[in-house]
Amino acid sequence: MSQLRAETARLLGVFEATGAVRVEADILQPADVLLDLYGEDIRARAYVTSDPLRGEQMLRPDFTVPVVQRHMAVSAEPARYTYAGPVFRYQDSATGRAAQSEQVGYEVFDRSAPEAIEAEVFGLFHRILAPLDLTASTGDVGLLRAAIDGLTTSDARKAALRRHIWRPLRFQSLLARFSQPVAPKVLGAGGQQIGLRSAQDVQERLAQLQEEAAAPPIPPAEIEALTDLLSIRGKLPEALELLQALTRRLPSIGPAVAHMAARIKALDAAGVDVAQIGFEAAYGLTAMEYYDGFVFGFYAAEPGWPAIASGGRYDALTRVLGQGRAVPAVGGIIRPEYSLRAEAGSAS
Amino acid sequence: MIKLGVPSKGRLMKETFEWFAERGVQLSKSGSDREYVGRVEGVDGVELVLLSAGEIPRELAAGRIHLGVTGTDLVHEKLANWADAVAPVAQMGFGFADLIIAVPACWRDVTCLHDLDAVAARFRADHGFRLRIATKYHRLVRQFLTLQGVADYQLVDSQGATEGAVKNETAEAIADITSTGATIAANHLRILEDGLVLKSQATLWKSRNAGGDCGPLIRKIGAQ
Repeated sequence: MSQLRAETARLLGVFEATGAVRVEADILQPADVLLDLYGEDIRARAYVTSDPLRGEQMLRPDFTVPVVQRHMAVSAEPARYTYAGPVFRYQDSATGRAAQSEQVGYEVFDRSAPEAIEAEVFGLFHRILAPLDLTASTGDVGLLRAAIDGLTTSDARKAALRRHIWRPLRFQSLLARFSQPVAPKVLGAGGQQIGLRSAQDVQERLAQLQEEAAAPPIPPAEIEALTDLLSIRGKLPEALELLQALTRRLPSIGPAVAHMAARIKALDAAGVDVAQIGFEAAYGLTAMEYYDGFVFGFYAAEPGWPAIASGGRYDALTRVLGQGRAVPAVGGIIRPEYSLRAEAGSAS
Repeated sequence: MIKLGVPSKGRLMKETFEWFAERGVQLSKSGSDREYVGRVEGVDGVELVLLSAGEIPRELAAGRIHLGVTGTDLVHEKLANWADAVAPVAQMGFGFADLIIAVPACWRDVTCLHDLDAVAARFRADHGFRLRIATKYHRLVRQFLTLQGVADYQLVDSQGATEGAVKNETAEAIADITSTGATIAANHLRILEDGLVLKSQATLWKSRNAGGDCGPLIRKIGAQ
């Protein structure tokens, strides 16, 4: 326990040395904000409790939401924060993960060049974790978003694909659906009007379905290019080359690929050996629903361990929580229980 | 002494008693009909415990009863790692019920989960809250919808008369068990084509946490 306290204090010290302000967050968080943000899935991950006056509350599943809320309410950019404490993860099935674990985090709200901030955060985590012999993986959700924007299809279909970026199975099934001519739909038989969804709402969607029935399939070459994008993996320089080549087939990803090239340059300038850093275009598309750009994680070779550190860009989350105001935001967390274990492992 | 948990009332109890009787084991309520104490004849060393069907999964998992009769739906819903806690001994061929997702029949545009998901996105944008699905099977329905990639919904708890939730405007859709679909239709609802979450029937389960020798009873009823 004292070892864990020392490790937490050490990490906080490193983050504070960059000028980050130490912040706290309540363990008990109002459930409505988290539920609205993450949806029903959060109930399979967070402890929900309630009292007769405040209604549903959650044991903090992460710090990001309260830290963003605090920043959006009172602060101006640029701002850097650090925090430490336990988070709680409900176990809906046997994952072998602890229900309570420690996190030490670092969050940056800064309107400077995005690649500079991303390189700053990743570079800092990389420096802290360098002695531990970990594997670093990165990705960029912005590439897939840009690829969707460039598809030859309706805005409604693009919106549907964007909405399911973080649910790969659904995303693939939508893509398959949109790559075929629309099959004629057999409508339901109808019945007495009940519930909040009005007859007009139904009529509007029936009209949309009719419009949709005439929509041409997404061209096979574009589906293939999108599939190729999602399968790109390798070390950063190699992945960048593949992406630059793919830009000929998917011109809309051009700016996102240029942004990635700028980030690699900034990482190099920050002293990161970019040839050792992994990249997967599909990285971060499952468990990290609020990240919408650059994402990263550091892993030990131990089976069953969670990422020892993870993070990324989450501009969209600040837009949701800022009620109209949005701030470019990049951050991440380290799990000190695991950085300690990894340290013990690499020392022996 | 092996403890056998059986639903304490209604059709499920009656059919369970019949099922065991056909296999040479007579179960009966002793004393008055209102008393929850039972008798077992035809096999030695077995004690009858009459319980609410909803409590049988918990009692099996805790190892307080060795064998128990309850629906697949209740075991899967109430025990997070049910396969670690209990093992099915026999599917009993009654108490058939499907856990399904149903929407108002007037939603002519919604026949499958893909439609439900699309409508949920629009509903949330229009109303400022997530489309509500009334159910008492929270874990099963959430796991199913997560697996199917349906988003922008929320589950609201409904412990009874769930089919009335849409009419009462406390939910937009429901997830509940049905055997014939008659109650669903009578409440102006329609089952989604791919909305089958789980097929359930009355099942005899063995606790993995109770120890004891269930062999004599299991051999007697010819389940193994």
